[in-house]
Amino acid sequence: MTTDLAVDVRGLRKSYGDHSVLDGVDLAVPAGTVTALLGPNGAGKTTTVGILSTLLRPDGGTVRVAGHDVVAQPEAVRAAIGVTGQVSAVDDLLTGTENLRIVASLHHLGRREARERADALLERFDLVAAAGKPVSTWSGGMRRRLDLAMTLVGSPSVVFLDEPTTGLDPRSRRALWGEVRALVAGGTTILLTTQYLEEADRLADAVAVLDGGRVVAQGSPAELKSAHQAGSLDDVFLRLTDPSTLSTAEQSTEEVA
Amino acid sequence: MTAVAVAPAGRPLADTLTMLRRNLLRAVRYPGLTGFTVGIPVVLMLLFVYVFGGALGAGVAPGVTAGAQGRAAYLDYITPAIVLFAVVGAAQSVAITAAMDATSGIMARFKTMAIAPGSVLGGPVLGTVVQGLVAVVAVLGLAVALGLRPAAGAGGWLAVAGLAALVTFALSWLCVAMGLAARSVETASNTPMLLTALPFLGSGFVPVETMPAGVRWFAEHQPFTPVIETTRSLLAGTGLDTSTTVQALAWTVAIGAAGYAWSRSLYRRERR
Repeated sequence: MTTDLAVDVRGLRKSYGDHSVLDGVDLAVPAGTVTALLGPNGAGKTTTVGILSTLLRPDGGTVRVAGHDVVAQPEAVRAAIGVTGQVSAVDDLLTGTENLRIVASLHHLGRREARERADALLERFDLVAAAGKPVSTWSGGMRRRLDLAMTLVGSPSVVFLDEPTTGLDPRSRRALWGEVRALVAGGTTILLTTQYLEEADRLADAVAVLDGGRVVAQGSPAELKSAHQAGSLDDVFLRLTDPSTLSTAEQSTEEVA
Repeated sequence: MTAVAVAPAGRPLADTLTMLRRNLLRAVRYPGLTGFTVGIPVVLMLLFVYVFGGALGAGVAPGVTAGAQGRAAYLDYITPAIVLFAVVGAAQSVAITAAMDATSGIMARFKTMAIAPGSVLGGPVLGTVVQGLVAVVAVLGLAVALGLRPAAGAGGWLAVAGLAALVTFALSWLCVAMGLAARSVETASNTPMLLTALPFLGSGFVPVETMPAGVRWFAEHQPFTPVIETTRSLLAGTGLDTSTTVQALAWTVAIGAAGYAWSRSLYRRERR
């Protein structure tokens, strides 16, 4: 039984024409934990999130999210998830309050419940002061927070965050980490992709490194560091994802020495 | 899993109304686009009546002299075409809306939510019908202010509005598809421009009998001509020509069905 796995991916394959992006990805995310998906640019992190969130169709393998198959039961998957993509999915022409209320209506909350939910999220994400202004006038950090707030309107049990802190200043990044921790404390499962290894190290219960269309390592940050005798996830990442460059660099250092 | 939770597959009506609400809010917040849908046909009507009308009026109605009489006759003649022009203008704007939604990431958000899929495009289309009707009312109001005295009764007016709404609905689906097919918002605003040429290449501004054979053949067989002629008969209260009316409705249904099918397949296509 796999009921304790919020995300259960086996042998996932996806290609665009001749170009294979995912070539047998296995990934397991236990319910109520944070997993960080790492990998070099173009490794297929966004494609993986796209498939998990029913936006893209897998070519092969099985993918279950919250116990439902993404191909056979996409509606059930959608009812369980919240997604914050790389491109911010807010309506620029509307105000923060309007954005949240529209999403609340789409979750079929009643008028009063929708209003309360929107107000609570504005409060929680420190957006009350700007709530009545069109989102086009907001800063990047505020838009990102609204994006996440809109993702949480339906109280999803599984949340996918695709590079949630890219472009955020350190303070906003810390605030978002706090939100992620609070969500997990409340029982939510989170899969996030990130370019920041420090983020993965601090936030994630488990890290999965994606390279060449496969997960080349999965474990807790401490496990990965000790398994690869590395002092930081940076070193783990470099060793796992680009051995040719590393050995060339090492060789050239030796030659100079 | 022993028990498969039955997820709500969205509620088509409620979701479409929410999306309609979103689109009307956007129209209020982005008055530039809405203003164009009313402003362009109004300017066009003033231009054609006051600049060209004096001379052209004598060509569209027998026995009418150039000048004031011509202007009045020409106002009569082109009102249906301007109504259609307003409808086309409104439909064009939905291509931009669809392209903005598709490129901004908000459509991706909607696709990952458990809502009725048809509402994501259906809401903007209905919003466009509302905007189209506002533009049509503005154009007809202007025509009356300029001296048009249609013989149509209440039923005729309702039929004019109904036909305009139907044509807006059909063209909007086509324009949604054009917007989704476009790689950028700029392209999305250009492709439907082709539609604005059609009222000119029909019976909208001059009688088709005055055109050379090839152009005339096109004018007589293109979809907008029967729509213009039907609107003309409704306003004049002269009774409908069955064949023309059937052609108008058939074209409208065909355009709407094709636009809907195209939109649907583009919506389901994976965007990278």
